[in-house]
Amino acid sequence: MTPGQESLQIDSGEQLVTVRQAVRAKAEELRFSLVDQTRIITAASELARNTLQYGGGGSVAIEIVENGIRRGLRLTFKDQGPGIPDLELAMKDGYTTGTGLGLGLSGSKRLVNEFTIRSKVGEGTEVSITKWK
Amino acid sequence: MDKIPILKLGDFLLVTIQVDMHDRLALALQDDLSSRVVSSGARGVLIDISALEIVDSFIGRMLGNIAAISALLDAVTVVVGMRPAVAITLVELGISLKSVRTALNVEKGMELLQQAFEPRSQHQ
Repeated sequence: MTPGQESLQIDSGEQLVTVRQAVRAKAEELRFSLVDQTRIITAASELARNTLQYGGGGSVAIEIVENGIRRGLRLTFKDQGPGIPDLELAMKDGYTTGTGLGLGLSGSKRLVNEFTIRSKVGEGTEVSITKWK
Repeated sequence: MDKIPILKLGDFLLVTIQVDMHDRLALALQDDLSSRVVSSGARGVLIDISALEIVDSFIGRMLGNIAAISALLDAVTVVVGMRPAVAITLVELGISLKSVRTALNVEKGMELLQQAFEPRSQHQ
């Protein structure tokens, strides 16, 4: 693992609080504006909950990334859950196979600058988000 | 902490959320408040979220649920103290909480609750 990177397990509801706190610490370190801190922590909370509820648990890697002179925060959520058969549908506002509001994926995407999702049925899902300063 | 305290102030219940709640704690609060509304006969519920640094879709849904449940139990809910960054993020996330009454702080929230009951008391 490179310096400045941190990996956390997501295996319980209490861990969501730990993930939010770890993301807050990194966002503060990058001196994100208060609104941007709030955005990335909220997106992290949504995606960590997805990892737990739909992926059956997994992990998140938190890293500070650089692109030229820009610095940013990248979070990569991974699970070995059932995977998502129809990504397009899963990204729609209000669509859910669970009991939530169906805003986790689509809503998080609106809160960050970059959003990528890869999923394979039977193998798991990986969601990566980046917020640039 | 495994419980959020609920204070009774006259006809109203006051909840100040001061910790980063995990989901079970949020659900417990929803259940506790519903019971307390009935057992205390409260007519209003004031929820102070000024200490909350984030409100995600789960907590947002809980606030909406509490307002809806209280309404069924004849109580009005007012959420107060939302930080501007939280409001911006909630709307971008896609949650507008249209059914939840809000006020800027506890004092204004209390005024709102008291006003909500004025017309009713005039008829009595």
